[in-house]
Amino acid sequence: MNPALLIILATIIFSAAVGIFAGRKVKMNLENWTVGGRRFGVVLIWLLMAGEIYTTFTFLGASGWAYSRGAPTFYILIYGTLAYTVSFFILPAVWKFGKRFGLHTQPDFFVRRYESRILGIMVAVIGVVSIIPYLQLQLTGLGFIVEVSSNGAIRSNVAILLAFVLTCAFVFTSGIRGAAWVSIIKDVLMIAAVAIVGIGVPRIYFGGHGRMFRALVESHPGHLVFPGATPNLDVVWVMTTALLTGLGFYMWPHVFGSAFSAKSAETIKKNAVIMPFYQIPILLVLMVGFTALLAIPGLKNGDMAFLELVNKTYPSWFMGFIGAAGAVTAMVPASVLVLFASTLLAKNIYKAGFAPQASEETVLRLSRLMVIVIMSFALLFAFYLPNALVNLLLIGYDGVTQFFPGVVLGLFWKGIKRRGVIWGLMTGFVLAAVLVFTKHDPFLGMNAGFVALVVNAAVTVAVSRFSGARAENQRQTA
Amino acid sequence: MPKGTKIALGLALIPFLMLVLALPFVNQVRPFVLGLPFLLFWIVLWIFLTPFILMAAYWAEKKLNKNGGQDRS
Repeated sequence: MNPALLIILATIIFSAAVGIFAGRKVKMNLENWTVGGRRFGVVLIWLLMAGEIYTTFTFLGASGWAYSRGAPTFYILIYGTLAYTVSFFILPAVWKFGKRFGLHTQPDFFVRRYESRILGIMVAVIGVVSIIPYLQLQLTGLGFIVEVSSNGAIRSNVAILLAFVLTCAFVFTSGIRGAAWVSIIKDVLMIAAVAIVGIGVPRIYFGGHGRMFRALVESHPGHLVFPGATPNLDVVWVMTTALLTGLGFYMWPHVFGSAFSAKSAETIKKNAVIMPFYQIPILLVLMVGFTALLAIPGLKNGDMAFLELVNKTYPSWFMGFIGAAGAVTAMVPASVLVLFASTLLAKNIYKAGFAPQASEETVLRLSRLMVIVIMSFALLFAFYLPNALVNLLLIGYDGVTQFFPGVVLGLFWKGIKRRGVIWGLMTGFVLAAVLVFTKHDPFLGMNAGFVALVVNAAVTVAVSRFSGARAENQRQTA
Repeated sequence: MPKGTKIALGLALIPFLMLVLALPFVNQVRPFVLGLPFLLFWIVLWIFLTPFILMAAYWAEKKLNKNGGQDRS
């Protein structure tokens, strides 16, 4: 048996076992399953959030962008930092609201704040539609990493199937607690992998990152300033994209929902302070991409840069370690994504739309069932139609960011009205979809989702004011 | 708005100014600093400083807001 294979299998099976074990002593109800009984301290919240943030995209996509596009990839460094800064102010308020009303999910927030079942269902549907392609991406990425790093010993589909079974098992039994515990393994492996490769390869090929960057500037003069190797991703695109993704980051239903599992508003605020340190490993990932551009130029698919370079540089057992880290890096975000998609479907769409009398136990039972159903969908897409959801993926971020005005103004502005949020959300979502699907992204150099967000905010405020004034008039004339 | 929150919001503007608005002015390769091309160095510098800025914001809220740093709900 080749050592890479052994390392990968041992790691993912061990991780899943830890995840299953995590929920062993907890009596499972909806509260414990989705938000961990609101008991996570600073360390566990940090690991969980970091666990969600670092996806397979970190390994493959960021280095791939560095390889094929250059400087525009720096937006990835920037937006996380902006997101944590925003979260310092909004997440503690979100948490308090959640604690006060016993909320579990993001649509719960909208239902409670705006007293609108319809708005909750809208938010839930946009959330689920945005999550599923993202979930599929994790599975596809996992299959790809494991197949390449085991040198074909584990076929992509076998790896995906195995990860599917293991992830379903620990989400089903332990809920968010399982995800948080597996995050510990994942974070350690991933940081070790990124540190070894990110510091290692510039040293091995150039004697240090300084020389590597100088060599890169010599051979590709424009690569390390905007717009890099792209025709249209110039500085305005980077600015608007960093803003869009920075503001939108905590609007992902699974990240928003994870905030509820903190044990206090204080915990979540402290977490926001230390999160930016977690951006530094991304710098190392980018360096791998840049080194690859010089060491192995001419790859057709930039996303292969990380794995190809490691393959060329290190022994095969080390590839097994990368494969293991990559696999767990896909499983953790996948587990949280599927957990919240399931709860959204069971609680905010099924119960809210069709069965208002359903008890918490019923919702939990249905949520657990939905874990398997949603994962199966993602699995089928990954197997048979790997590219079918690419378009949805494109607008995932643009879509969820449209929740931002409804969340933030809802927390801090008394004048906001349900009608304003509904109109703003619809306008923003439709505008983003139209711009992206008619190939108008970037629009006038700006990120299309950002344009939609600005229009959304303006509509939200304008309609809120208008309907506020009208309600006032009606009261006076009545 | 309590004074501590105001100061915290002011501090939180810094990452946005440095990592978004300043970008057109730092979009250059030279000089290299710590082996990084200037644009990348600038971004990494402010990412590294942001946790300290947020720490300051945290303390500002804690010390100056009367209710011991609990933001209004």
